[in-house]
Amino acid sequence: MKRVYPDKDFCIGCHICELACLTAHSKSKDLILAYTVERGQSGLASCKHVHEGGPTCVALSCRHCDEPACVAACISGALQKDPETGRTVYDRDKCVGCWSCLMACPYGAIARHPLEAKIVKCDLCFDRPGGPACVEACPNKALKQEER
Amino acid sequence: MTYVIIGNGVASIGAIEGIRRHDKEGRIVVIGAEDAAAYGRPLISYLLAGKIGPDRLALRGEDYYVKNGVDLKLGTTVTGIDTAKKTVTTDTGETVKYDRLLIATGGIPFVPPIPGVQGADIYSFTTLAHANTLIELSSTIKRAVVIGGGLIGLKAAESLFDRGVAVTIVELAPRILSGGFDEKAGRLAANRLKKVGLEVNCGVTAKEIQRTKDGRVKGVLLTDGRFLECDVVVVAIGVVPHSAIAKEAGIKVERGIMVDGKLMTSAKDVYAAGDVAQALDQITGEHRVVPIWPNAYNQGYASGRNMAGAKQPYLGGLPMNSISFYGLPTISVGVVNPPEGDTAFEVHALLDEEKETYRKLVFRDEKLVGYVLVGDIDKAGMYTAFIKFEMPLAGEAKDKLINAGPEVFLWPAELFDETWNPEPTKAAR
Repeated sequence: MKRVYPDKDFCIGCHICELACLTAHSKSKDLILAYTVERGQSGLASCKHVHEGGPTCVALSCRHCDEPACVAACISGALQKDPETGRTVYDRDKCVGCWSCLMACPYGAIARHPLEAKIVKCDLCFDRPGGPACVEACPNKALKQEER
Repeated sequence: MTYVIIGNGVASIGAIEGIRRHDKEGRIVVIGAEDAAAYGRPLISYLLAGKIGPDRLALRGEDYYVKNGVDLKLGTTVTGIDTAKKTVTTDTGETVKYDRLLIATGGIPFVPPIPGVQGADIYSFTTLAHANTLIELSSTIKRAVVIGGGLIGLKAAESLFDRGVAVTIVELAPRILSGGFDEKAGRLAANRLKKVGLEVNCGVTAKEIQRTKDGRVKGVLLTDGRFLECDVVVVAIGVVPHSAIAKEAGIKVERGIMVDGKLMTSAKDVYAAGDVAQALDQITGEHRVVPIWPNAYNQGYASGRNMAGAKQPYLGGLPMNSISFYGLPTISVGVVNPPEGDTAFEVHALLDEEKETYRKLVFRDEKLVGYVLVGDIDKAGMYTAFIKFEMPLAGEAKDKLINAGPEVFLWPAELFDETWNPEPTKAAR
């Protein structure tokens, strides 16, 4: 399957990927509304996080592991592996907010939803025609989606 | 190839998924004693609390068993295993032949020999049936005593309280959650429960359960002389491996069913996984029974792969628990209570009682081997990484972890690249 690979040598820490993610997952699909309104009102949050360590930075999100620790830990069946697409899929309605996945994922790729007992995790923008918004938006091609 | 799986909990689900990664054709038969398809066992406390309905219990979709080619026999108990003939027999009179067998029968509640514990009004809290019974009872009972202040006991207590039942918890140890948490984390959790209105008594236990003439529970006499009047008692001391069927078949059982590096038992082609198995523990390198959810899935998965011939060893489990008490989240992973006076361990703890936050880090040989987080749990997984991947943490890196928290740039460069931006041939999955 095609995964998103971040390259720290090209990342300039601009956070544009986070904003693109926010917009892609918003109702309005509008950057300004997503940031100024939806973030506060519905707890809209980015699945992508730019990590900074001195001069180095890198944008990380769910790796869609072949054998994900989050799926093993999930007590409700909300997190499952889709055998057809290879994605690690999240069913928000089934999630009870027990935070087991957040504890088990060693990649720190799962965050608590700011307002509800739910999680925020990358879905690879599966229903977005142009593919992952973060990859499309990255101005220095530090994010690549490819088969490896 | 016919795979037979005894048990229909999460280890069984893991096994189905492990088998199907490598073998799409073989026949899988799952024999489960309970009536329901695999459900999120820890969800029974959410059900009892009224937070979710029964429609949200199933662990997988309705078409899961059909899609995976699984012949599911529910409400059926295995009565015997014949490892020579490679068959199992059931209480419905069936004999099922296997090429590979997985015993994933889980745990059963441990009921200590307290005088009066046998009889009416005594309940456990480990199955959907138990939860349904308590839901029915909750409208008629006023007071309950929960014996045991571990995860199951506290969750039973909290959910009964949410149903309007006055609940008192009694715990023999000096603190609640003595297994997976330390004293400070236990106290923060206990304070939260008390604030809400539950009674928590530590350092005492039930000396006798007293009954009326017609055999109904009157109350619990404690070891400190107090008497707690109640209508029902929930016994939640813990679970023990449900290994009788393996013992009778001559399979080696210590505390749990002994398994090798591929999770095979002492009998050829018979595997064990989950709460019934005594399997490798990553940190201690010893075989232990660690009855936690992720281990059960992972052992099921690993046994499934190996039954299907993948020859991939089980790398060992890591004790981990995530549980919230009325909005106070807590997480503990690995070694959290190192033996007192053992200088091989180094502990860094930070408590803020006002904010109800706590963080404890446990190091050994310049590696993180355990942690506890209460309140602020957002970086839990990043801490888990240091334990799981056994990353070296000497000097500055350790100071940074302690003072600034876990960060991906503290990872060894090679692991970082393999994980996040691998060469196509080295991609770690």
